[in-house]
Amino acid sequence: MSAPAHANGTPRAVPSAEASSLRGKLLEHRTALWRAASIGLFFLVWEIAGRIPISFAFPTFLETLRAFLVMLFDGSFVAAYAETLQPLVIGITISAILGVGLGIVMGLSRFAEWLVAPIFIVLQAAPMAALIPLITFVYGIGLVSKTLAVVMLALPVIALNGYKAVRNTNPSLVDMCRSFQGNWWQRIVKIILPDASPIIFAGLRLGLAAGFIGVILAELLITPTGIGDLITYHRSVADYPEMYAAVVSIILVSTLTLSVLEAFEVRVLRPEKKKG
Amino acid sequence: MRNITAAASAAATAPSPDAAVEVRGICKMYAEMEALRSIDLDFPAGKLTTLLGPSGCGKTTLLKIIAGLIPATSGEVRVNGKPVTGPGPERAFVFQDFALMPWATVMRNVAFGLELKGVGKDERQAVAQKYIAEVGLSGFENKYPHELSGGMRQRVGLARAFAVNADVLLLDEPFSAVDEQNRRKFQEDLLRLVELEKKTFIFVTHSIEEAVYCSDRIVILSRRPGRVAQIIEPEIDRTASPDAIRRDRGYLDTVEEIWQGLKRYVD
Repeated sequence: MSAPAHANGTPRAVPSAEASSLRGKLLEHRTALWRAASIGLFFLVWEIAGRIPISFAFPTFLETLRAFLVMLFDGSFVAAYAETLQPLVIGITISAILGVGLGIVMGLSRFAEWLVAPIFIVLQAAPMAALIPLITFVYGIGLVSKTLAVVMLALPVIALNGYKAVRNTNPSLVDMCRSFQGNWWQRIVKIILPDASPIIFAGLRLGLAAGFIGVILAELLITPTGIGDLITYHRSVADYPEMYAAVVSIILVSTLTLSVLEAFEVRVLRPEKKKG
Repeated sequence: MRNITAAASAAATAPSPDAAVEVRGICKMYAEMEALRSIDLDFPAGKLTTLLGPSGCGKTTLLKIIAGLIPATSGEVRVNGKPVTGPGPERAFVFQDFALMPWATVMRNVAFGLELKGVGKDERQAVAQKYIAEVGLSGFENKYPHELSGGMRQRVGLARAFAVNADVLLLDEPFSAVDEQNRRKFQEDLLRLVELEKKTFIFVTHSIEEAVYCSDRIVILSRRPGRVAQIIEPEIDRTASPDAIRRDRGYLDTVEEIWQGLKRYVD
């Protein structure tokens, strides 16, 4: 695996255009290869650890994979995610709209910053898992509570990132927009938002990750439904491969969602990042 | 070379008819710090006037006050006879750090002033195309700023300012982030564009050579608080080739005289 990059010739020679493009391609694939190797190594260690075994409740990788495939095809994942994604999607949508909006307002106005920012700073620092029983006490065990758990975890990070992004807009670009008589709406839409979008999207990604934590916490702590139910149920009947498969499926779904969000950002908001 | 410092102070009372920009009694305070003290200046139409001075003399502040980007503490700026209250369509600004939108192509950056005015896409791209060609960037329309060199980026900034067809162009140290060779080439191109566009240019620089090489009139500001120390009109034959100008006796003498005047402000 550790083959040097210059296996085909003297390393100091000036590479022809063709050779350098070949090397570029090799490098590109090498990154992907290393990533695959890293994941493969992780699975290998998992398999070995499962076979020792380090705990009777710790299944091997292959057992988990089999359970994963079974649950994928017998429809239990589909049913579980149909339920889990409901509060997640509603919560993230509310958090994204409210968070980005509040973030922009806080970034633009000192008054709003003083009024709103401290709440989010405190919320971000608060241990959310401890607040979930309170939510249940007030809002019961239904969809509202679970959505609220997602919002409470996702909103602060989205709002605070949006606020920092807007506050750090390149002042020279804002001056440029003013000097060409852009009005305040054009200033926000054409300058501040695109300039802030990398940090706003970083906030959205963090918010989405936090939202996944929120929904799983809610499903484990409030009432077992959806994927939280799959985990709780399989643990209670000691089907450990199935339980692990459910956990892995959450990681997969959240990773995929984050990648999609990132791809969307590059494609729509910052086209210059597409080219090297 | 003509030293018209005395004439300039007379101009404060009697406005000259051919002034595109008149600055009257401008003072600027930043909290306790006095940046500019009672500046009176006329910027003749169709000419390139340079604001030159040691760093911290407030030359960029003065330019931004003329642009309407920052308010003066007292005094008045008039452009074509009308008092300045903020940025206006008769002025366009070229920024020291280029101020290009990194997410937009050269084409969109150049057309941005027109985009803000609500000019239709085809029309503004046609105008932008013309100025992209004029500053020598044809073929780079679909590049992004990070794919261009410093000199090329500032050409985009210049084309954007030309594209809105303002009467007065305000250039804030436009070449300070451009390397020396590109800078010389750019100065030559700028002189050609001044000739071609027949606009009023106000140019801030800290390079004496650049000021003498490019300007019809040089305003030298003293160190903080900024005041007009001297006004010089280098009388250099601009029809000569750029290299001949740089070897010209009058050019070299003017550079030397300005340096002698400015030396006392350098620590």
